[in-house]
Amino acid sequence: MSKRAVGLQVIGIGKSFGHFTALKDITLDIAPGEFLTLLGPSGSGKTTFLMLLAGFQAASEGQLLSDGVDITNSRAEDRSFGMVFQGYALFPHKSVAQNIAFPLQVRGIAREDIARRVDAIIARVGLVGHENKRPAQLSGGQQQRVALARALVFEPPVLLLDEPFSALDKHLRGRMQEEVARLHGEFGTTFVFVTHDQSEALSLSSRIAIFNHGRLLQLGAPRDIYERPSSRFVAEFLGEINLLPVGGIGHCARGTSGMFEGARLTAPRHDHLNGSAVLAVRPEHMSVSAEPPEEGNGVPARLAGTTYLGSAMRLAFATRSGTPLTVTLSSEAAGRILDRGPDFWVTWSFENGFLLPEQS
Amino acid sequence: MRSSSAFWPALALTAPLVLFLAFAYALPFFGVALWSVTLPEPGLGQYERLVGDPLVQSVFLRTFRICLIVTVIAVACAYAVTYVWVRGSRLQRRLIEICIFVPFWISLLTRAFGWLALLSTRGIVNSSLQALGLTDGPLALVRNEPSVIAGMVHVLIPFAVLPLASAMRTVDERMLLAARGMGASRLRIFWSVFVPLTLPGVIGATLIVFVFSLGFFVTPAILGGGRSIMVAELVYLRMFQSPDWGLGAAISVALVVIVAALMGLLARFARLGLTGGGR
Repeated sequence: MSKRAVGLQVIGIGKSFGHFTALKDITLDIAPGEFLTLLGPSGSGKTTFLMLLAGFQAASEGQLLSDGVDITNSRAEDRSFGMVFQGYALFPHKSVAQNIAFPLQVRGIAREDIARRVDAIIARVGLVGHENKRPAQLSGGQQQRVALARALVFEPPVLLLDEPFSALDKHLRGRMQEEVARLHGEFGTTFVFVTHDQSEALSLSSRIAIFNHGRLLQLGAPRDIYERPSSRFVAEFLGEINLLPVGGIGHCARGTSGMFEGARLTAPRHDHLNGSAVLAVRPEHMSVSAEPPEEGNGVPARLAGTTYLGSAMRLAFATRSGTPLTVTLSSEAAGRILDRGPDFWVTWSFENGFLLPEQS
Repeated sequence: MRSSSAFWPALALTAPLVLFLAFAYALPFFGVALWSVTLPEPGLGQYERLVGDPLVQSVFLRTFRICLIVTVIAVACAYAVTYVWVRGSRLQRRLIEICIFVPFWISLLTRAFGWLALLSTRGIVNSSLQALGLTDGPLALVRNEPSVIAGMVHVLIPFAVLPLASAMRTVDERMLLAARGMGASRLRIFWSVFVPLTLPGVIGATLIVFVFSLGFFVTPAILGGGRSIMVAELVYLRMFQSPDWGLGAAISVALVVIVAALMGLLARFARLGLTGGGR
């Protein structure tokens, strides 16, 4: 099915609106058939970047290649990438089948072929029996399916998705995510997906591109980005994280270490740091004990509050200097330790922390 | 009106308008309706004449024909004008606003005489054509149906622009983008996405323009010059030229009934537009 998946090469793309720079010097390669997620807060430029890929907006600078062919100045209707819009943008005056048939009619495909292809894709996205309904008569999830079918029916080389799940409730969102992942596997088309939801990005993508203030901050596989963020922004954006300011950075055989409240904390080696830095640790990588750790890192802290999350428990601590620390434990593990009084050691192994430059 | 606490203040605040309408419209109309069944003698005789008289019939038919043509032309022109007004550049918008809304404030009479100045035998068009040597004598450009239609279209375009503009403004830009992204040409997007999405506005504009045009008096009277008489002018003639008040009154009542029926249709359509269709 992946007969037409293409790769895109983005070279130094920038976009300005008057004096406002929406995107600056974006360079990345999108591999044929991959699932790339553009992740960032609102106003980070991710949607602008998607619009540039679609051809709805023209780049102010840079080059866009599709399998090596320059398409920087080609129009959206000629690129003909599939697109699923936020809010779906289904035609309210057309039925489900007519909506899905539209891109095929535009291409002048024979009537019998259109009917056959529309029927086939309606079956694949699970909309059998809804062919003649209007979009307004469908639920949010069903409208989403129509939008996906309409964008995939003409077998576009690239499918662009602009926050497609933002209007769905949490339960439905999970189901539609699975559905999109399944369709990606089946169609083999290159998917470029925009979201501001980090958990969605982590679970769906083959790679994630993190945007902020119109710049591409980091590009990589979900696990690499989550566990080895290159900047404080990326570390904080991808999920809750504890940041400990450390001074007196020193490099040794075991790694790089720094001083926090008189204790030496060690993390994997980071050669480019000097003086002071920030030590970052994810809450789920920390644990809590009554005694100082025999090896690994440990910081004395006082319990300030707990939040019950069902399967897990979120514990809020404060260190001696008042730096907040958050630890996530399983409810069972938390129950075993919590009645031992308010003063604990928060501990984690060397390899679970990482050092980041102070500014970013 | 569901809560009784809001009912009485609401009534008190709207009462002056209701009273004004009752005295200025309902009461006189009731009088006219009374004439139609009492003059010259009691009975439905005038309505029999209304149905049987070939002159009255031909005036009604002409009125419908002219109004239909006027409506089609006015709504089509208004659609183009509104499209530019809603989706054009800043300069285009300002120009349209001036061209549409300034004439809106000029009296009907003035505008009808404007057309007369333009189209009459010694008017601007004829004298220019003759000066250029394109015609030997003056063309008969007024005192006929086309000039009535031109004058009426001119007056009615702004009434069609407003409902069309509100329909065009609610069109979701992403739907047009979506159509482009699927490879549709501009023409295709216009006909198979934009026009259907603005259809409620087109239907609303059509009904408004048609209803307004049915009662036109000044413009057809001046530009038609007594040759293409429409219903409102016929009422005037029956009332003031040939004292035939009963028939004049019956024609008025018939016109009001037709307009009311069309307004009912409009109201029903407006309700449908609110609940069905769009998202």
